[in-house]
Amino acid sequence: MNALELHGICKSFGSQRALTDIHLSVPTGSRTVIVGPSGSGKTTLLRMIAGFEFSDAGRLTLDGQVLADATQAVPAHRRQIGYVPQDGALFPHMTVADNIGFGLPAKGKSRHDRIAELMDSVALDANMARRWPHELSGGQQQRVALARALAQQPRLMLLDEPFSALDTGLRSAMRKMVARLLSQAGITALLVTHDQSEALSFADQLAVMRQGRLVQSGHPMDMYQYPVDEQTALFLGDAVVMPARIKAGWAECELGLIETNSPANHDTARIMLRPEQVHLSTTVATGCRGVVTEREFGGNTCTLTVVLDARGDQAGRTILVRSSGLQAPAAGSVVHLSTTGRAHVLNG
Amino acid sequence: MLPETLQTGIAQALPVHSPRRSRGLFRGRSGAWVTGLSVLVSLLALLPIAFVIGVSWQIGWAQIEALVWRPRVGELLVNTVLLVVLTLPLCVVLGIALAWLTERSNLPGRRAWSLLAVAPLAVPAFVHSYSWVSLVPSIHGLPAGVLVSVIAYFPFLYLPLAATLRRLDPAIEDVAESLGLKPWAVFWRVVLPQLRLAICGGALLVGLHLLAEYGLYAMIRFDTFTTAIFDQFKSTFNGPAANMLAAVLALCCLAMLASESAARGQARYARVGSGSAREQRIVRLSRRTTALALCLQGVTCLLALGIPLLTLGKWLIAGGREVWQFSELLPALEQTFLLGIAGALLTTCAAVPIAWLSIRAPGRLQRVLESCNYITSSLPGIVVALALVTVAIHFARPIYQTTLTVLLAYLLMFLPRALVSLRAGIAQAPVELEHMARSLGRSPGHALWLITLRLAAPAAAAGAALVFLAITNELTATLLLAPNGTRTLATGFWAMTSEIDYAAAAPYALIMILLSLPLTGLLYHQSKRTAGR
Repeated sequence: MNALELHGICKSFGSQRALTDIHLSVPTGSRTVIVGPSGSGKTTLLRMIAGFEFSDAGRLTLDGQVLADATQAVPAHRRQIGYVPQDGALFPHMTVADNIGFGLPAKGKSRHDRIAELMDSVALDANMARRWPHELSGGQQQRVALARALAQQPRLMLLDEPFSALDTGLRSAMRKMVARLLSQAGITALLVTHDQSEALSFADQLAVMRQGRLVQSGHPMDMYQYPVDEQTALFLGDAVVMPARIKAGWAECELGLIETNSPANHDTARIMLRPEQVHLSTTVATGCRGVVTEREFGGNTCTLTVVLDARGDQAGRTILVRSSGLQAPAAGSVVHLSTTGRAHVLNG
Repeated sequence: MLPETLQTGIAQALPVHSPRRSRGLFRGRSGAWVTGLSVLVSLLALLPIAFVIGVSWQIGWAQIEALVWRPRVGELLVNTVLLVVLTLPLCVVLGIALAWLTERSNLPGRRAWSLLAVAPLAVPAFVHSYSWVSLVPSIHGLPAGVLVSVIAYFPFLYLPLAATLRRLDPAIEDVAESLGLKPWAVFWRVVLPQLRLAICGGALLVGLHLLAEYGLYAMIRFDTFTTAIFDQFKSTFNGPAANMLAAVLALCCLAMLASESAARGQARYARVGSGSAREQRIVRLSRRTTALALCLQGVTCLLALGIPLLTLGKWLIAGGREVWQFSELLPALEQTFLLGIAGALLTTCAAVPIAWLSIRAPGRLQRVLESCNYITSSLPGIVVALALVTVAIHFARPIYQTTLTVLLAYLLMFLPRALVSLRAGIAQAPVELEHMARSLGRSPGHALWLITLRLAAPAAAAGAALVFLAITNELTATLLLAPNGTRTLATGFWAMTSEIDYAAAAPYALIMILLSLPLTGLLYHQSKRTAGR
């Protein structure tokens, strides 16, 4: 069952098109991540779902209720959609407790308990309740913003780059906490980010946006392995892309014969491998020969630039290979490359 | 007119949220309402300009020629131009000297001197000239005009200059020196050019005051356009002669605005590069220079503060208890307060839609609307007053000689004060917060009330206070427009001095100065804040 459905959403700002024909279904209880470079229109889309912007065309439904279509739109305050913006946007003139309780009924004994419960759930100390937003660290502010959005038991939670203002360590801890909180409460969530590793780790469903269009959506692992085009492939991570001839499900390329996921024969196809599918060996002389020209040490893994041997009058191709950081061969070493798994045949 | 330049500087330093994100708010009826109201306020602001064009049209070219090309107008023009040409450079030089001494040298007690250089603003201009006239009764004409003008208005240059000197990046001066420039050359070629904006802005402010001021020059019998219009109005009421003089005066003001914006130039004066600037270097003065500097500070302070306070003290002592006619003072105080509060409320409310638009949905229309208000507020009170008199007589007879007309004049003259403050306040309440409140289940109106207006309230109050203080010292428009029997502190003071009863006028002056002190303090504080301290 889908909680949120977007149908042919379009939006322009003046003559500039921000969103073109967006279709997306978000299953109930899932975490969907929209990822794309800055300026791709993902925040606009999120604000439209929240009810801060209105589409020029298209339909938006939540749990079967039409939120916006060509003729009408439910205003933001009647949507019951939680929103956590990038910087938290805490009300500066209210204490932490008042911020969290903003969406709760103003009176009632349960209010106090509910605030305490929410603070506990986002791992905020109870004595923070009387603090002011400017006295909190970035991570704490973000947690207050999350608790505030959770307070009204939203039908859908929107998160607009909620972790981007935090430093790296805090970021992954927050991400895990948010994921846990959301699945415990069974809240459908839609997160927007430009960070592809964050997207891959957080998402049940991933959607890639580019220049106002939704390019591809699906399970993160599928998206990583089988991206729709080269640009998407490169956006989701490093990739080895090379021309190949496809015959009976096998690709003939500079790395030798590789099994593919496509049965169609094609003389001038392009295939993609992830660097971790390419293995290199300095001892076993099987597979394709090449020379390491550059070694970028990165701690646990090392990224090596390998130039394949020239074939006839063609210069050798340069490809990126990952290697365990401590055993990586030095620049100038002769290596042999082999592959595992299937190559993905790119469209177009 | 006084604090806009400074305040605009502050407002510009505040983050303004991108227009793209805020459009959703202005979809539909609420947006149309706000735009409609702002257009209405701005059309009202255009009234004085419309009046100038209207009367010129009505009078016709032949009569305009007869009224404008005559020796009397030439004489006034020469007087006014001489006043501006002599006063402005003196103010600039004095302002730079004092600002440099208090900001960049180790002058003993420079914090105190800096406060004393701002303090003369608390003394209304016509009280300055009152103290000079009662001290030296023979003082009159151009020299007196220049003297009192410099003393009354130099803080308008001192304030922005001191603020700019404080925030200039010292690294630029270090570089200039490392390139082989002597200290004096560094000042001349590097520091002074960076003061250009402050000089232009301050000089414009002083210039507009010179053109608009009535009380100061009337008291020392120096004829400018404004005093001539006033006399003309008194003798022939709403005659074409007064109207044509007002038109010429308005043109002078517009010319001054235009030349200031031309003199600003296109160069960039903001600091290029990131990070915060280092502390300013303090120049050690030699003993002789220190003595000279202290002399300059002392004399300025004596002339600008000592003379008014001494004279006031003298009259208050001479007058004894008799001058404190509470049966007259208290009603004047009450009327001043009532007019001030009503005017401040009206002006602040009128500023809300425009301030709102300029933050939430900035665009070409909003810029045009805003500049209408700025231009009008730079016109002399007497032009605004004449415009309102004319319009009231011809089109709205019932409001002629009522408090409403006076309040309208205040609205036209002081709107930017409220506007600038309010805009800064609304900018501090980013639209995101309002959106947040709506996503948490509050209706747009409720969200506006709970978040934006609550956050903007202190700024709105500060703006209202600025308008209130301006009204308490307003003389010209109040004299022309107020219904019979109105007596504010300023007009009460004026009535007393017109009867040469200087002792009886002293309590009024004292109360006005005391009322102005908070405003002066606020300006001083704000100029420190602009500089990031």
